[in-house]
Formats: sequence, structure tokens, C-alpha cells
Amino acid sequence: MLTAEGLTLHFGVIPALVDVAIEVAEGEVVAIVGESGSGKTTLLRVLSGLMAPDAGSVRWLGADVHAMGEAARRRLMRTDWGFVHQNPRDGLRLNVSAGGNVGERLMAVGARHYGNIRAQAIEWLARVEVDATRIDDLPRTFSGGMQQRLQIARTLVTNPRLVFMDEPTGGLDVSVQARLLDLIRTLSRELGLSVLIVTHDIAAARLLADRILVMRRGRVVEQGLTDRVLDDPQHPYTQLLVSSVLAA
Amino acid sequence: MNAPLEGYNFAYLDEATKRMLRRTILKAVAIPGHQIPFGAREMPLPYGWGTGGIQVTAAILGPADTLKVIDQGADDTTNAISIRRFFTRVAGVATTERTAEATIIQTRHRIPEAPLRENQVLVYQVPQPEPLSKLEPRRAETKRLHALADYGLMHVRLYEDIARLGHIAKAYDYPVMVGGRYLMSPSPIPAFDNPKMHRMAALQLFGAGREKRIYAIPPYTDVRSLDFEDHPFRPIRAPQDCALCGSRESYLDEVITDDRGGRLFVCSDTDYCGERVAARGAAAC
Repeated sequence: MLTAEGLTLHFGVIPALVDVAIEVAEGEVVAIVGESGSGKTTLLRVLSGLMAPDAGSVRWLGADVHAMGEAARRRLMRTDWGFVHQNPRDGLRLNVSAGGNVGERLMAVGARHYGNIRAQAIEWLARVEVDATRIDDLPRTFSGGMQQRLQIARTLVTNPRLVFMDEPTGGLDVSVQARLLDLIRTLSRELGLSVLIVTHDIAAARLLADRILVMRRGRVVEQGLTDRVLDDPQHPYTQLLVSSVLAA
Repeated sequence: MNAPLEGYNFAYLDEATKRMLRRTILKAVAIPGHQIPFGAREMPLPYGWGTGGIQVTAAILGPADTLKVIDQGADDTTNAISIRRFFTRVAGVATTERTAEATIIQTRHRIPEAPLRENQVLVYQVPQPEPLSKLEPRRAETKRLHALADYGLMHVRLYEDIARLGHIAKAYDYPVMVGGRYLMSPSPIPAFDNPKMHRMAALQLFGAGREKRIYAIPPYTDVRSLDFEDHPFRPIRAPQDCALCGSRESYLDEVITDDRGGRLFVCSDTDYCGERVAARGAAAC
């Protein structure tokens, strides 16, 4: 569904992306791993149309994402696509109640029936395991893990087909991370979602992803099926990355 | 009665400024509900007192016009009297307190109760022209939202009201969609007046002096108040009758009459009320 070729982007003299190609198929979960500064987040921003590349193209169902107008891109962003930010405070409206946050995308695509919006918000809060009695509370009174789950509910409520996730488990403690990963896995399987997830957590990638891309200094150094890449790393950098994971 | 002041151009503003204003107004009429920036001038009254409305009025005023100025519906308040006197002195135009006799009505925060006609122009004084300003403080961003007709945010605000209070709590400056395209602030008129804007026969012009924006609703344009299907828009009115004329339809002001909780509800539109009282007096004779 999403195809990118020859993506290149420089920040001044620093190469952020060098000739990156990536493909995401329907219902597939693809993880991008790599160390800090390897260009993971930049790649995600370019793929989701938030940032324009110097060269190369990103296509969604055949249409060039960077060539379409801003109106079309925004429509895509709130219908077929979703974006889950690393920091839930970037993805949520903190002065709007949880229900309003979940309902915002519905209203943006034209839902005008309060009762239906409310019912869907309650349903989605239940799916992400947030207590429905907190629907009218402000997200700032939520814990970090709850905020992140609320952000996921808000993103998924319009049934997107592809969700970009930028380190969704970053900054959460281990047990909360595990629950969140479990939730993302369940939802993506249930809904047949395609997910493009950026993470530096190899264990999370193994749990969630069908395929893995390993990035280093703006290049994709290795890619393949998750188990293949992690169990039989070919590139020296991937070998280093895999051997650096601590066993509990 | 008063000869126009010597040394001022007709209607105070110089002709080049009026030309700029008229061009802005034409553009505003061409794109209903869209805010057009203009070079607002210093006027001899403070911001917040109607510098935008007074400039729009000055630009469209001709010697044959009859001007009416209301402030919260009343013809006899400071703001209304001073603006009316200003135009008497700098333009020598006739003024009136009768809605039916006026060709231009400058208003602050009300629409007259009597229906307006095609040969009348209603000029609003607008403090904040941007309906999204409380939700999105960045001007560049609200401009983009208008360009893309991305108004989900405003509905989120209404959703919040219903979730917290059970009903939409906005009682004035209630956002409207103009011609099915632009979200517009109707200036701080009570929500009660919103339905009067829908397909009004008169031209409606909005001037915001401090914010330097002009926008317009041409005659017979669709103006819809935002709402939800299951929480439709309701104009709100105090459930009393006017103490002077007995009207049950008009918008009422609450007047405190003493320190022991005494209160009185009277029409906010003084001309409407006065005419009803006069008609009743005539009928009684």
C-alpha cells in the first residue's frame, strides 16, 4: 500500500536519509530499528508527508503523497492514516476531555450526531482499557500509560488503514510497556491494520513486527523478516545491535 | 441642525482610505464569511468602541443616507449617541432611531427585532473576528484551517459543552457557517439573533478595527448555526414578557431596580419596544 523509493534528505551537510526504499503491505507490521540519530524518526516524518524529501517519492495506493495538495494530505491523515506520537502530549489536546479527544477525528470527518460520537468514544475507551467513567476527565489527569492508550484510541477511531507510530512505548515503565505492546498487537491483528513502528527497543520489534528494517546513519543496512534478522543478523551493525540486548 | 465641521473630508476619512475600505468590502461580499485584512486607521475613539464598524460606515455612507446606531439594542447609550453625533458632525447626514427609516444601521452586539429590507445595510462592530481564536491561538494556523475548511475543532468545543453541561453553553458570539463554506464569528450578538442572519434581505458588513479584518454576508445568504443532529441549535431568551410593551418574542435585558432583588425585564431593542408602546397608546385612545 505504501511504497517509497530513493528517499534522500540532508540537514545541511548531515545526511539524514540516503536512498531509502521501503514498502508496507496491507495488514503488515513493519518496524524500523536503529540507534539514536540514525534517521528513524525523520524517515517516519517523510513517509507520513510531514516533511518533504530532497529526492525520491512516497506513494500511497499509487498516489504521490508529496505531490498531492495539503488538503488531500490532511484528509488522508485523518481518514486512512493515523499518527501516534512518542509523547502523548503532542498527539492529544490536553484541555479537552478524553471523550472529546477520541471524538475529534470523527467530527473532523463530518460526524454530527452527539450520541453516536459519544457511544463510539465509550466503545474505544473500553477497547484500550481506559475506564469509561473517565470519559469526561481531562487527559492531563491521566497517567502516562493511559495517555498513550488514549492517543491510540483517538487515532484508531476512524478505522485508519495505516498507522505510523513513533516510539509509542518510550518513556513508559516496563510493565506498562508490555501491556501497551500487547494492546497494539491485538488491535492491529483484529483490525487488519498496517503499522509502521519506529523503535529502538529490539524486544518490542520482535513482539510486534512481521518485518524489520535496520537503519544506521540514514541508510537501511539490513531488512527482512523479523525472526530472520534478529536470529541471523548479516550486517555487522545488526549483529552488534542484537547482541547488545540484555536478557532479563 | 448641525452644519458639518469645516476642515474634514466627508465622513471623516480621506478618499483614498475610503477607496481602500470599499475594495475590501467588495472582496468580502464576493467571498461570504471570509475575513479580509485591511489597513485600519486611527479613529477618534478607542479600540473596543467600534473603530471597525465606524470605518465601514464611513466608507459606505453617502449624503442621502439615514443613519441609526445601536449599542446592545439601545439608541440612547453612550456609544450609540457618540457615534451618531460623530457622523452628524463630520458628514451632516440625517440620523434616526427608527429601524424602518434607516438606510445604514451600525450595531454593537444586537440585530434589530424588526425585519430588515433590501435597501438597508447592517454594520457590525466586531471585537474578535476569528471564531477559532480561543481554540487555536496561531493566526497562521487558523488561516490554514479556514482554507481547508477544517472545522472539526469547533465541534469539539461544542461537544465539550454538552459533555460537561448537558447543552451547548455558548449564549453569544455563537459560531455560524456562511454559505456552507466559511466558519464565521457573528460578533458578540446573542445566539437568539443568529436565526435573523439566515437569508436576511439586508447586506451585513462586519468591521474589526483592532484586528484589522472586514467580512460580509451578502443578502439572502444561508447562515447556519453549528450544532449536533441530536442537540439542535436553540435560540435562548429570558422566559419573561417585556415589562413595558409586553412582548413575548423580543430579546430581553434584565434591569436591577433596587438592592432588595427587584428586577425588571425589558426589550433590549429600544425602538421596537417604544413603537409597540406607542401603538398600544394610540389604540387605547
